[in-house]
Amino acid sequence: MVSTDSSPRNSAPTVNAPAIHTEQLCRHYRMGETLIRAVDGVTLKVRAGEFVALLGSSGSGKSSVLNLIAGLDRPSSGSVFVQERDLAQLSRQELARYRLHTVGMVFQSFNLIASMTLAENVELPMRFAEVDRGKRDSLAREGLARVGLQARMNHRPSELSGGEQQRAALARALINQPQLLLADEPTGNLDSHTGTEIMNMVREFNQQLGMTVVMVTHERALAERYAQRLIFLADGKLIGDESNSAVVAKTAPDDARTDGVRA
Amino acid sequence: MKLPDLTELAVRNLRESLLRNSLTTIGISVGVASLVAMLSLGIGLQQLASRRLMKSGLFDTVVVTSRRDLRNFGREEDRNAPAPGESRILDEPTRLEIERLPNVQEAYPDIRFITELRYDDKPHLTTVAALPSSARSNDAFEGVQGHFFSSDTAPEVIIQKAFAEELLGKTPKSGLDETNVAELAAPLLGKELTMRYAQREAAQAAPSTAANGKTTASDDQSLGAAAYSVVSRELKLKIVGVADLDPESMRGPTRARVFLPLELAESLHVMQPTDLREISRAATDQPIYSSVSVRVKNPAEIRTLEDAIKKMGFNTLSILDATRSLQQFFAVLDLFLGIFGSLALAVASIGIVNTLVMAILERRREIGIMKAIGASDSDVKKLFFAEAGAMGILGGIVGVALGWAIGQVINLGTNIYLKHQSLPPEHFWSVPLWLVGAAILFAFLVSLTAGLYPAGRAARLDPVQALRYE
Repeated sequence: MVSTDSSPRNSAPTVNAPAIHTEQLCRHYRMGETLIRAVDGVTLKVRAGEFVALLGSSGSGKSSVLNLIAGLDRPSSGSVFVQERDLAQLSRQELARYRLHTVGMVFQSFNLIASMTLAENVELPMRFAEVDRGKRDSLAREGLARVGLQARMNHRPSELSGGEQQRAALARALINQPQLLLADEPTGNLDSHTGTEIMNMVREFNQQLGMTVVMVTHERALAERYAQRLIFLADGKLIGDESNSAVVAKTAPDDARTDGVRA
Repeated sequence: MKLPDLTELAVRNLRESLLRNSLTTIGISVGVASLVAMLSLGIGLQQLASRRLMKSGLFDTVVVTSRRDLRNFGREEDRNAPAPGESRILDEPTRLEIERLPNVQEAYPDIRFITELRYDDKPHLTTVAALPSSARSNDAFEGVQGHFFSSDTAPEVIIQKAFAEELLGKTPKSGLDETNVAELAAPLLGKELTMRYAQREAAQAAPSTAANGKTTASDDQSLGAAAYSVVSRELKLKIVGVADLDPESMRGPTRARVFLPLELAESLHVMQPTDLREISRAATDQPIYSSVSVRVKNPAEIRTLEDAIKKMGFNTLSILDATRSLQQFFAVLDLFLGIFGSLALAVASIGIVNTLVMAILERRREIGIMKAIGASDSDVKKLFFAEAGAMGILGGIVGVALGWAIGQVINLGTNIYLKHQSLPPEHFWSVPLWLVGAAILFAFLVSLTAGLYPAGRAARLDPVQALRYE
């Protein structure tokens, strides 16, 4: 089994503690008589500000790892540390707060709430975070403007194209200013042109806002184009961890910045 | 999540499945309406009964008797009281004393005697009683044919319907008494009755007192004046009214069928049963009353007054006990009506559970999304609670309105029926303000309770599973 402990040989000195650190992470569950090892002993470190792609075929456990990092699921054994906090030790309430403030998520199927307008969708995490009513409006407006949807604020998701929906989902993921952006096949439902558009945005957030990005994909080409590091999974195990020199070289000058806290 | 956000989201979610949530809310409304209708009927009937009793003069009257009265012998509650022989007599100074007690509106002597009345030269034996002018407002005289006494001393009588029938030689029909009072009154009003009665006449004037053999106890100075004679008298009285109802139904067999103005009756000095009993004590020609009726200002405090009068050494009789059992009856009635009314609400609350469980299935993914973007278990739980509560409040408000409307319709219908039966209209449906508030609150609480299970289930939903669900 490949350990990733020595992997950051390629990038700038690791002055910061890893943003994400999993240790012998396992997620097993039972389906009838058989024990499914969705995640099986994954040890992984991701530096703050890094853009990592989790690659693998379907059923490889890449989404399960992402869900564990997102705090949507709990490990069967092993641990997940995000910013030095052990997610396995958090209560359900604390885990919800962690998802609210530390993590932003985008999904393949966008997962906007169909009955709400874009503005309301983007506003929703702020309701949970109990942001002042007065501030929410302008923040939602700004958030949508950042992804170029200011004109579509009052439309419902069904009135928009897939690319627009994913942009709105990105705006929602970022609205509470998280340090971590987790993307599960974000371009899976998009054509290549809109996929590129979305990925450019994700890269922009990674570079300009210093967000740590973990993206799950099965498209190697996409991963090679955007991610600084490619991690390969198969059958719940980590089978490869490569630095993507092409991307790393391009983004190296920016690596000096600190943990992705936005202005 | 803050309450305004919660409410806003709940309302928008309810609007999303408008038909289903409306039907559920209508279910609650019907439940609340039936509860309100049942309870307001109970309350209305209770108020009607109280009002009737109050007007009948039964509720607010205490009958005071001396312990010496035969009727009181052997009454259990009196075992500890002074022996009848030592107790006070009920005379004019005592009446005035009672009248000065707090909460007393008036205290008037009960003058009643059985005597002969002649009409058309035929004798009729009946009980005659005196009425104070305040009896004018008594419910029994509401439908009186003719009018009440023109003054407190006028030589006039009001007769009861049954006696009118007797005078006219009609036999009262058994069963439902359908005889029209107006028909009875027409030939009688303005006619004269001749009343024969025994007048007690003070006998100081007669020097032959000693002759009656009562001088043996000459050391008792009061005895000197205790003699009187009884003279037979006649008085012509004009019939001015015929009463439909029985104003003295409370008195049972001793109730009177002919009524005189009080002051007139007092001036007649009719021989009373007590006169004989008290012959050894009566010091003056001041009358001694067999009983005094006391009307109270506030019937709720009738017991305090009774206690005060008992402390003076008299016996009291009120139908407080009867009203108490009446109140008990209505409490039980209200309880049962409430239970029946609540049944519909209970069914409606199952509707809420059903609707919300359906909503969870339908909104599984949405719940997963909310959790993924940071909603806590309690946020999700509160949201479902808020939806249940909103349906409850809305259903409660609509239900109260509906219940009120049902009440009005039934009230109207019944009054139309009463009118057909030539009976006066009654307002027996009452929705007090507290019932409005309580019904809405109850609907809200029932809905929240119904929301417990769905909300808990939604909160426990595993977000990974929920997001996988398409």
